[in-house]
Amino acid sequence: MMFLTYVVMPLAVVTGIAWIARKGIGVAFAGPFGALFRAMPLTAAFGLTIITIYILGALFAPIIAPYGESEIFDLINALPGQDPRFILGTDQLGRDLFTRLIYGGRNTIGIALVTTALAFFLGASLGFLAAVIGGWLDQVLSRIVDALMAIPQLIFALLLITILGQSTLNMILVIAVLDSTRVFRLARAVGVNIVVMDYIEAAKLRGESLTYLIFKEILPNATAPLLAEFGLRFCFVFLLIASLSFLGIGIQPPAADWGTMVRDLAPFINFAVAPGFELAAALPLMPAGAIALLTVAVNFVVDWMLHRYSGLKE
Amino acid sequence: MSDQELLVKIRGLKIEGRSGETWNQIVNGVDLDLHKGEVVGLIGESGAGKSTIGLASMGFTRDGCRISGGTVEFDGIDLVNATAETRRNLLGKRIAYVAQSAAASFNPAHKLIDQHTEAPIHHGVYSKDESEKDAMDLYHRLRLPDPENIGFRYPHQVSGGQLQRAMTAMAMSCRPDLIIFDEPTTALDVTTQIEVLASIRDIVEQFNTAAIYITHDLAVVAQMADKIKVLLKGDEVEESDTRTMLSAPTQDYTKSLWAVRSFQRPELPRPAEGTTPVVSVKNVSAAYGPVKVLHDVSFDIHAGRTVAVVGESGSGKSTTARVITGLLPPTEGEILFNGKPLPPSYKSRTKDQLRQAQMIYQMADTALNPKLKIKDIIGRPAQFYSGLSGSALKTRVEELLDLIELPAAQYYDRLPSELSGGQKQRIGIARALAAEPQFIICDEVTSALDQLVAEGILKLLDKLQKELNLAYMFITHDLATVRSIADEVVVMKEGKVVEAGPKTEMFTPPHHSYTDLLLSSVPEMDPDWLTQLLDERGVENIGEAASSKI
Repeated sequence: MMFLTYVVMPLAVVTGIAWIARKGIGVAFAGPFGALFRAMPLTAAFGLTIITIYILGALFAPIIAPYGESEIFDLINALPGQDPRFILGTDQLGRDLFTRLIYGGRNTIGIALVTTALAFFLGASLGFLAAVIGGWLDQVLSRIVDALMAIPQLIFALLLITILGQSTLNMILVIAVLDSTRVFRLARAVGVNIVVMDYIEAAKLRGESLTYLIFKEILPNATAPLLAEFGLRFCFVFLLIASLSFLGIGIQPPAADWGTMVRDLAPFINFAVAPGFELAAALPLMPAGAIALLTVAVNFVVDWMLHRYSGLKE
Repeated sequence: MSDQELLVKIRGLKIEGRSGETWNQIVNGVDLDLHKGEVVGLIGESGAGKSTIGLASMGFTRDGCRISGGTVEFDGIDLVNATAETRRNLLGKRIAYVAQSAAASFNPAHKLIDQHTEAPIHHGVYSKDESEKDAMDLYHRLRLPDPENIGFRYPHQVSGGQLQRAMTAMAMSCRPDLIIFDEPTTALDVTTQIEVLASIRDIVEQFNTAAIYITHDLAVVAQMADKIKVLLKGDEVEESDTRTMLSAPTQDYTKSLWAVRSFQRPELPRPAEGTTPVVSVKNVSAAYGPVKVLHDVSFDIHAGRTVAVVGESGSGKSTTARVITGLLPPTEGEILFNGKPLPPSYKSRTKDQLRQAQMIYQMADTALNPKLKIKDIIGRPAQFYSGLSGSALKTRVEELLDLIELPAAQYYDRLPSELSGGQKQRIGIARALAAEPQFIICDEVTSALDQLVAEGILKLLDKLQKELNLAYMFITHDLATVRSIADEVVVMKEGKVVEAGPKTEMFTPPHHSYTDLLLSSVPEMDPDWLTQLLDERGVENIGEAASSKI
């Protein structure tokens, strides 16, 4: 019954909204924009709807959330439904969980997005550069990347953040650099196949600069694989930030984030053995579920984009 | 031949191909009769449905295609409605297929003979030992060198022509009743092609095999086929036996195909003594790493004239172009441009030096960035060299599109994938012209195109040369192209210039023996040409074998 109200119902509602939105936009816009939506599979529409909800939630957190991010109330450890003021209850300090969930999304998604974008800029530029120039530069960059990739990412991130000192900026930079190694590998592999094309030779013989070659000639032809990687990378970065927060060196209190929330609420899982308290046991799963839902949504959208890209090639 | 038993009977064949959500008909009701031991040639430009019909005669269609009407009968068996198992028993055993690119069709990880014996063993025709012995016999009949051992090599260890013959041997392995040859020699040099043609013709005769020979080269089909069927956009234009078809075609389209090779422009008078050539290649040698590929190459190209550089693949034609453009700095010698030496590497050349020499590539598909629109592809050099932007740039791009005879309004915003092969090649030309060069290198610009389209491109290049006084270096292995467009000819072999001179001199004997071999290997429209040539020279004096003796 509770599973129905808290999981199946919201998902069904979102799917419904996605279906209506797809239909509505398809009818409202006659041109190619509308056609895009008319031909969209339901999974992609679902993913887009979820992402839109998350973005709206992140942008308008102060308006949507009933209370302030770290506002403390006199009721601690309230279970969902126990007090009508707090829909999802309160945590051990008396902060509203629903509010924390919305603000947590804002912090985690924002930081993950910036980090992934940075990782892609860094990794793709260097990867294409290695592909175009080749020779010793390719060797040096590739070996550095190999060395960085040889160390387990989470442990390396922990180490670097400890050395550099904990701050949001440091965390973004460290994760971006570590993640850019994976992007570098992909960009280089895709790049070397594009660099041998005659149109690249023609551009080189025209006397074009490296920047032009990379961003105007190579990048448009590497969009599909990079986009697919972006969807995956974003989720991994997201999870990495959550795990760092869970370990206590990610996003720092009092700022809310989903990783810390999972850690703080973890003891509630013990309620699972007590009959009648199943909902309380599910508390730590809520931020985890939010992470999972976004991951699934992003991948739905990326799959659809890839499909469209390969369809165009035929 | 028609007294023999009817083997393939196709009636009203219709095939549809899917594009997006809709099905478009690509073959509109074609009939075909093929008797045992008979060779039919299917010709037409790309998109005519040649290969589609060829595949359909095995009851097979490519992905995204379907047989929507008509019947295909092979020896009385209905192939359209046959079960997968019936078809599987026929394919490889009684029907075989030889694809255009043998290099892409062989599995690079297995030896030739292992791939050869796979079908006979699978179909239970021969045991492994018998099949290997038979393979050697076939290699011998196809005149492959060292027939006892060549089968134990991997595909990359034999030459392209040998691979194509090994492929034919493989198709023969179960002694099929029907072989479909899909452009088997299109990717080969003339000297190699002639050898493959002779082998295929011999072996088809020896085993009384019926064949469908698909090609766009009329001279080739004239040597191979008993009867010819001309196709255009999925429709049959006409069909008759080879001699009638060649001497008295009835349809206008067929006549236009026959007339294609007639474009020939008069040779220009030699430039006055002492005129500075636009490009002068002086005693150039070049190497890829330790391998020397060019030896002391010299020739001049004057303004408004075309120099054709001919030779088989590996002769150093394209390498010479790479040296001129600066992609491969020479180890010795230099390139003079209007009398002044050019820096060896393109990286140290000035923008103006780069602008003066442009290049048009063989494969328009890889020469145009598939993600850029036509206006950007053509507009970029104009923007880059002349600093044009905004409406001036737009006007310039429209001018260029006019110049290459494509309506500007229609093509301005398109992507390369929305263009046909010939149109793409025109865009490649426009891109070169956008730089306002004095000199253009044309690297096999017509070899990937149908003959009618290729002729259009040659005429366009000729017109542009007259209007803009351009100097062309025309790299090609097709002597028909040389005959139509060149003023001077440079013949290359193994990185050396073996003969050079004005076109008329080059095409009148006496020749250097290699030039002679090249010239004599170009198929002619006469159906007896191959037979006569073989009678005159003997099988040992054609193709690769003869080339290696020179």
